[in-house]
Amino acid sequence: MKLSLGKWLLPVYSGLALLFLMIPIGYTFVYSFNDSLKSNITWRGFTFDKWLNVCNVQNGAVCQAFGNSLFIGAVATVVATTLGTMIAIAIVRYRFKFRSQTSLLLFLPMATPEVVLGAGLAAQFLSLGVPKDMLTIILAHTMFCISFVVVTVKARVASLDPALEEAGRDLYGSAMQVFARITFPLLLPGILAAALLSFALSFDDFIITNFNSGAVTTFPKYIYISAARGIPAEANVLASAVFIIALVVVVTVQVSGAAKARRLARLS
Amino acid sequence: MAFAAFSTTTAPSTDPVARRRSPVALFLLLPGILYLVLFFLTPLVSLLLTSFQAPREFGDIGQYDYAFRWQNYVEVVTTYWPHIVRSFSYALAATFFALLISYPLAYFIGVKARKWPLLQSLMLVLVIAPFFISFLLRTLAWKQLFSDESFVVQSLKALSLLGPEAHVTGTAFSVIFGLTYNFIPFMTLPLYTTLERLDVRYLEAGNDLYASPFQVFRKVTIPLSMPGIVAGTLLTFIPAAGDYINASRDFLGGTGTQMMGNVIEANFLVLQNYPSAAALSIILMTVILVIVSIYVKRSGTEELL
Repeated sequence: MKLSLGKWLLPVYSGLALLFLMIPIGYTFVYSFNDSLKSNITWRGFTFDKWLNVCNVQNGAVCQAFGNSLFIGAVATVVATTLGTMIAIAIVRYRFKFRSQTSLLLFLPMATPEVVLGAGLAAQFLSLGVPKDMLTIILAHTMFCISFVVVTVKARVASLDPALEEAGRDLYGSAMQVFARITFPLLLPGILAAALLSFALSFDDFIITNFNSGAVTTFPKYIYISAARGIPAEANVLASAVFIIALVVVVTVQVSGAAKARRLARLS
Repeated sequence: MAFAAFSTTTAPSTDPVARRRSPVALFLLLPGILYLVLFFLTPLVSLLLTSFQAPREFGDIGQYDYAFRWQNYVEVVTTYWPHIVRSFSYALAATFFALLISYPLAYFIGVKARKWPLLQSLMLVLVIAPFFISFLLRTLAWKQLFSDESFVVQSLKALSLLGPEAHVTGTAFSVIFGLTYNFIPFMTLPLYTTLERLDVRYLEAGNDLYASPFQVFRKVTIPLSMPGIVAGTLLTFIPAAGDYINASRDFLGGTGTQMMGNVIEANFLVLQNYPSAAALSIILMTVILVIVSIYVKRSGTEELL
């Protein structure tokens, strides 16, 4: 047998690595309780004030930006998830010309640095004379979300047993009925995962937004702009709240997924 | 997750029943493909056209006309070559450190923790947890933790590990540190996906054949986890090379650490020198595409794309 040191090295290291990942999260969370004035750099004492009066600072500029991000994320997610799911179904289920070109077109946005995507769109809007506002941000976010939706949903479509839809058709279900009653419900977990991913990508995007937002401020853009003169603790409050909600959602999905797997295992 | 894009578990497209030609396919594909053509492909073309624009005669700042001014490229390369070199060397360093940090972690979660599924999923949640909090705030947190008045820097100075006049933020170290930190999850997840499917019997076979643990690792584990290594390094290298948050003066960088992204941003959004910004973007994208295709070909993982 090996020395016990060797046995413990990897688990201890892994724990430390995860702890390292958590440091800035912990910092952001702790400083959301800082009784800070304008900037949130030195610790001035504990308070719940910032959590209770999030929108009071700077006439609610933080909350305005946060609301913009929620709205942009929601619209971009709905559009990107719809378009991406349709493409994913077509790719797995149908034969068509220009297949490899289609795959390349879907892969490239993921392999292009964000600054290039952002500058490219901005150059296009500039040459067409399109003013930059909320709409241009939504158009940009939808673009980079589509590819991620396709890869996420594609895996789900591929694992779907075609015999189930076959059965629906044998029972005289119309194409629409088969889709609504069989295909869509079976794809739903994949579609939801894709939608969550899209929303997360859109919500946290800064680089592409910065090139295409004009005067509109999103939450990340607000942080970027205020970084030079100090970020109010309210930004930490909102970010921490998002973190907690996201964590609860993910843990719930994980736990319910595990429970479902156990139930299925018992049944078979 | 996004990482499925680079994993090898793409659907086998051999199902004969389901694969047929139909007008439905066109209906399903057309809107999305059209969208990408309009908002991804044509912007790249307009970026290319912009990169050759010439300043308008007697025009204001920010007024340019379509031309074929290839000298734009010569100018940006001669002016900004330190930024170009920095972008790729910082990205390379960050990719290397992220791989070094992530591999043992991914190995533990994917191989050693298999016996405890709950621990495994808890650790995975912690790996993706940074995604749930703003990228910018995380980077700012590091800036504050490394500021001159911070506990870390004060202790290093007290121990004389750092000169009294030295700074941590604004240096190449802090930029590479920030890039490494921010992309560790992008590295760990694809590594985990391949290591999770690693058949440990291959490792046992290696042991049985009197290979040292190091030999087993080098000759069996590494080759079997190659798809994850390729995916993880690409997912780190590409965004790191184009990043300008970490290197920004308001975050972890300083005047001497500016990368291509910072110059593209400044030229486009502040100086309104669109052709220079466009030319630099085209250079960045071309270099990345060349690196990616060579890398993917050489590592024999072309099916990733």
